[in-house]
Amino acid sequence: MELTREEESALKGEQGEIMQMAYRILVATGEATDAEKLIPIEWAHLSGVNYNTIGDAGEEFLSKISKDARVKVKTTLNPMGFDIDNVSNYKLDENFISKQLSIKNSYETMGVIPSFSCIPYEIFDIPKNGTQVAFAESNAAIHANSYDNLKTNKESAFSALASAIVGKSPYSSLRKEDTPNITIQMKVKDPNELTYGMLGFYAGKIGDTSVNISGLAQMDQRQCKAMCGGMGTSGTCAKFNFGEGDSNTEKIDFDEKEMQTVHDELNTSEKGDLITLGSPQLGLDEISDLTAKLKGRSFQKRCMVFLPRTVKQQAQKIGYITELERAGCEILSDCCTCLTPLISKDDVDAVTTNSIKGAFYLKNSNGVGVNLKSLKEIVEDETR
Amino acid sequence: MNKILVSGKIEGIVLKSNDPINFLGTVDKKTGIISDKDHTLFEKSIKNSILVFPSGIGSSVGAYTIYSIKSNNTAPLAMICKKADLTVATGCALANIPLITISDKEFESIQTGMKILLDTDSTNPIVHR
Repeated sequence: MELTREEESALKGEQGEIMQMAYRILVATGEATDAEKLIPIEWAHLSGVNYNTIGDAGEEFLSKISKDARVKVKTTLNPMGFDIDNVSNYKLDENFISKQLSIKNSYETMGVIPSFSCIPYEIFDIPKNGTQVAFAESNAAIHANSYDNLKTNKESAFSALASAIVGKSPYSSLRKEDTPNITIQMKVKDPNELTYGMLGFYAGKIGDTSVNISGLAQMDQRQCKAMCGGMGTSGTCAKFNFGEGDSNTEKIDFDEKEMQTVHDELNTSEKGDLITLGSPQLGLDEISDLTAKLKGRSFQKRCMVFLPRTVKQQAQKIGYITELERAGCEILSDCCTCLTPLISKDDVDAVTTNSIKGAFYLKNSNGVGVNLKSLKEIVEDETR
Repeated sequence: MNKILVSGKIEGIVLKSNDPINFLGTVDKKTGIISDKDHTLFEKSIKNSILVFPSGIGSSVGAYTIYSIKSNNTAPLAMICKKADLTVATGCALANIPLITISDKEFESIQTGMKILLDTDSTNPIVHR
């Protein structure tokens, strides 16, 4: 990698230990991903927030560096493990809560916006076309590259944090022109958000850094998010290019058979003991739509609804939250289905969800069964 | 291709594994001992070794494990891999542990117990002692 004189000086430690460490991370990441230089970024989005995932080592590290580290660019944050407003309703021990609050405090001390959201693209203004950003959350990186005309690699928690502190990122893979060598042809008829989640999951398994995708109908925000969430879960791929691609690309169908394979991998249960909605977290449009679909009906079992705090506040003003609570929903901000500590296999055998991303982590991290249903089916089957 | 991911200069004894290493859950952070029964380095300590292995695998959170073992003084002195993966790269960067990648041929030529000098600033970064 070519570094400027100033970057070399920072790497040698002449701008302090924190800058030295941040540059070390960017150089190691850049070398590993064949970047030739560092380039400025305007926005970083960090993962590595949930105590459930980063553990004591992460908590200690953040606590230590937050004494000196400050972010240089706009920096937003992924969900944490719980919603402080209702954490007492769940069986979380004191240690978890205090370690999580320490992590929250460390990020705030560093100047990070405490957004606790995996959908930064939906709750913050999108910068102008082509802006370089550094997003660690996989669904957000894919959404940014595919739908928001931004440029990011699928950053790690560490490269995103280092990018936030330095204001630069390695210039590699998806930041450059990228021509995928695979085209996935969507053949499934009458797709819903579950179909798109499975399509994304399938694409993530076979793509390398990006894939072409063709045969898509007009998609709503829920379906787009489902596809990004699915892809981010299954591999390293971080961009959809819409269209057939050129004649040299390998064409692969996504039809009923391929969909069934993904479904069989993730759907492990005939029914769920509780329902989760939101992975990625729900935006205001989805909350509005859910409220409309419920129309006086009530859930017959627990239904956890995950959304960003800012969306909850907006939804409260409009009256959606009152209506969802009337229908029996548990409203949770600042956290998400994905890697939640709030669902334990000690209490729950299986969870019903319309999220492929949620399904993957519920199955593999929480160790519970998963029952996949679209939102339409969930409302039809689980409410009265 | 040789890459210098984290620079440094250190002399030590090689501990080599032909299996990749998943730092999250495979390495005991207090002792630096490999706790995975199925791993070729099972019950061996990576502490103060020059750890030579094909690449890291598994969750990127494994980078925090590398940081932890360094904080607990149970980390390797340096790491040498065939392929650079982001977990080991960022973990070594966090912990300031020298890390380079080498060719398959060089990888084959290094064995457990060899004493080597690693100097990333040198044109010949690995010198057998």
